[in-house]
Amino acid sequence: MAIMHHLTDSLLMAHAAGQLPEAFGLVVATHVSLCDECRARLAAFETVGGVMLDGCGEAAMSEGSLEATLARIAGRPPEAPRQAPRPGIFPAPLRDYVGGDLGAVRWRGVGGGVRQAIIPTSRAATVRLLHIPGGMAVPDHGHRGIELTLVLKGAFRDAGDRFARGDVEVATEADRHTPVAEPGDACICLAATEGPLRFTALLPRLAQPFLRI
Amino acid sequence: MLTGTLLADNVDAPLLTPTGAIEARQRASARGRQELAASQAQGPDWVAEVLAVRDRRDQRAFAALFRHFAPRVKSFLLRAGAGEALAEECAQEVMATLWHKAHLFDPARASVSTWVYTIARNRRIDALRRQRRPEPEELPWGPEPEPDPDDALVMQQETERLGAAIARLPDKQRDLIERAFYGDLSHSEIAEATGLPLGTIKSRIRLALERLRHQLG
Repeated sequence: MAIMHHLTDSLLMAHAAGQLPEAFGLVVATHVSLCDECRARLAAFETVGGVMLDGCGEAAMSEGSLEATLARIAGRPPEAPRQAPRPGIFPAPLRDYVGGDLGAVRWRGVGGGVRQAIIPTSRAATVRLLHIPGGMAVPDHGHRGIELTLVLKGAFRDAGDRFARGDVEVATEADRHTPVAEPGDACICLAATEGPLRFTALLPRLAQPFLRI
Repeated sequence: MLTGTLLADNVDAPLLTPTGAIEARQRASARGRQELAASQAQGPDWVAEVLAVRDRRDQRAFAALFRHFAPRVKSFLLRAGAGEALAEECAQEVMATLWHKAHLFDPARASVSTWVYTIARNRRIDALRRQRRPEPEELPWGPEPEPDPDDALVMQQETERLGAAIARLPDKQRDLIERAFYGDLSHSEIAEATGLPLGTIKSRIRLALERLRHQLG
C-alpha cells in the first residue's frame, strides 16, 4: 500500500538543517526509511545545505592537519560491509534506539489495554511507542505544540482519514484529533510530542464502538 | 518551539513516472562520461575524487578533497558556534568519515558538497548538541552500484543551478535560509524559509531512488 500521509516541508527542512529535537528526528528518520518520496524531499533540502557549505567561506586548517587526519583514518578499523535490511516491523533507526525489533520492546500498561514504551532521547521532546488494541483510541498524552504519530503496524482512523504502515499524522493541540485503532489487530505507532516527558499518567479514553463514530 | 506554522505547507504533487529511464540511462552512459569530463574542465571533478578514495584508497585524491572541503567544513562549524579547537577537530573527523563512508556516496542523489554537508551537520549535532542523530536506513545496500556519469552530471548541474537561484533570492529570504542551516533559527521561522525551487532536484533524486530499488529488488 502506498503511503498517503507525509511529513511537511518545514519538518524536512528542519531535519536537513539539523534543527529538530532528537525525538522528532527519530520519527522523521523512521518515516523516511519507509517513504522514498520524503527521502527525496529530505535530500533536496540537504542540497541546500551543500550550497550553504560551498558558500560559507574557508577557515585555515591548522599545520599538519592532513597528516593528522590520515593518522586518524589509519587508526580506525574499516567499516563493516553493509547488510540488507533485516525483515521486521522496525526500520533501522528505530531498531537502533530500541535495541531490536518489536519483540525487544519493554512495554508498560497504561490502562485499557493500551501499552507504551518511552524511548530515551534528549529532553527537548519525547518519543514513545504505543500499542493500541483494535477499536481503542490513542490515549491523550497531553501534548503541546506539534505531535507526530507514525504507524508501524495495523492502522488507525482519525477524522475520516486512514493511517496505515508508513503514514504519519502531523497534528497540533488545536487539532483536537482522536486517532482510533481499527478493529482487529493492535496498532503500533511511534509518537513524538514537544516538551520534556510529563509524568502524569496517560488517560486512555474508551472509544466509541468503531462503526458508530 | 515547533509551532503550527510547520503545518502550513503541503506535500508536493505526485511525481511523473520515469518511463524508459533504464534504456535512456544505458544510452546516455558513454555520452555522459564525456560531458562530465567536459563540464569539469573549469574545476576539479570531486565525484571522481571520492570514487578514487572509495575504489583505490587514493591518498592523492583524498588530499585534494581535504584541501577543498576541510576549510569549508571548519568555517561552517565556526559559524554554527564551535570554538577554534572544536571546529578543527570536527573538520578532521568529517574528512576521516568521508574516507570511511565513501562506499555510501551516491553521485546520482547528491553532489559531493551536499554529502560532505550531511556529514558535517551530523558531526555538529554530535559535538555541539551532544545528542544522537537518527539516520534513515542506509541506501544502497548490497553490491556497490556503478554510478551513472550522466546522473552524476545532472545532479552536479542542478546543485549549481540551485546555488545560483539562492544567490538571486531577496536578501531577507536568503538570510533566513542561511540562518536555518547555521542553526540560529527557530523552527517556526524555518517554515518561512521553505518554498525554495527544489522541484527538479527532488524529481531527479526520486528517479535515482527508483532505479536503485529496481537494482536491489
